[in-house]
Amino acid sequence: MDDEPATNHPFHPGGTQPVTDLDDLIACPRCDAVYHVEEPEHGQRAVCARCHAVLIAPRKRAGKQIIAIALAVVVLVVAATVFPFLSISAAGVVHRSSVLDAALAFSGSPLLVGLSLAVAALIVVIPVTRALLAIYVLTPLVLDRRPYSGAIRAFRVSEALRPWSMAEIFAIGCAVALVKVADLAQVAFGPAFWMFSALVVLTMVQDSFMCRYSVWKSLET
Amino acid sequence: MEIAGNIRSARDLGLVACRRCAKVWPADTSECGRCGHRLQSRDTGALQRVWAWWIVGMICYIPANVYPMLATRTLVSNQENTIIGGALDLAHHGSYGIALIIIVASVVIPIGKFMAVAALALGVRQGSRLSPLRRQQLYEVVEYIGRWSMIDVFVVAILSSLVQLGALASISPGKASLFFALSVVFTMLSAQSFDSRMIWDEDAPERADAPAPRGVTA
Repeated sequence: MDDEPATNHPFHPGGTQPVTDLDDLIACPRCDAVYHVEEPEHGQRAVCARCHAVLIAPRKRAGKQIIAIALAVVVLVVAATVFPFLSISAAGVVHRSSVLDAALAFSGSPLLVGLSLAVAALIVVIPVTRALLAIYVLTPLVLDRRPYSGAIRAFRVSEALRPWSMAEIFAIGCAVALVKVADLAQVAFGPAFWMFSALVVLTMVQDSFMCRYSVWKSLET
Repeated sequence: MEIAGNIRSARDLGLVACRRCAKVWPADTSECGRCGHRLQSRDTGALQRVWAWWIVGMICYIPANVYPMLATRTLVSNQENTIIGGALDLAHHGSYGIALIIIVASVVIPIGKFMAVAALALGVRQGSRLSPLRRQQLYEVVEYIGRWSMIDVFVVAILSSLVQLGALASISPGKASLFFALSVVFTMLSAQSFDSRMIWDEDAPERADAPAPRGVTA
């Protein structure tokens, strides 16, 4: 925390500024501390002085980069759904498994049908939905146009879904599964495993590029 | 970094902040005009929801450990493994690293999460020895790490779809996988229900009493 100046100053009531101008204020969503908005330079971050939450973190061309990453995520997840991620062979019998197979693995017994649907949602539906929503919200902002109708709602849904997008956890699950059955049969990674590995990196980069404050501010006008 | 002692919360200033987009509104506003999020200075029902999800999560965690997670059928054997049993099995075969991952993801993290969320919720009511900053960090760790408990459910899904070699060997999921997944979901909801602003509230009255103090936050 030493290289980043906290560019926001705590807000003092009864000072020279009229309290009525609430547009100049920002409140830390984590600890409720109120600051004057002072937007940092591109690449710098404004950090809450008491809980260290990142308040504003604008980046140059972040919108374009996030759109590019979101497109890559859509392509990767869709492809990774179809291609096998692991293949197994024992005594001449070969079996390849794709995400679709994995998601439908539980559907055998009625108790576990719900679980199979949840797995499919967590690793395919939600990541793709979030990527598409990001494209929908950010494209007009990047092009300096008016936001598409429903963009605010779209961004809200995207934010609410964030903790439930688990494609990257699935990649680690593949690696664990590989070792678990290693003594049962020969196992090898398929193309989809590497796609999921790429997703791990992409989702992390995307999250660090996204400055939520900047997006909300652009959607407002 | 210098910590200013005169940080005021939106509530102290008679304002209400949007937790989604960080915009500030007068205290009687009920919905954020920018992002449409419901505004509440402090989520009064938050602790109740935290505890409700916490208890349901705990209840699901018990069958998750009692029932088998995986059923492995090979030519020579027919085996059902619980979470801990499976990890011990791996350790016996020498895969200590993977056994450790499973134990950490399925036992250490969930139990640590139960304890951390309980400590945070109790800390709001009764005060805590930890500084607000430490508790805030604890909360962020819980929020970040909670999802990774799902890894064992995914492993079960992967194995049951992959190991279908007819009579040679097959793996099918056990009841525990459902309960474990539910337990992870409920504890995630429990952590999300927590209103982290409450961590910072308790020292606010002191601040309001003493005019212009120099804060001595850690």
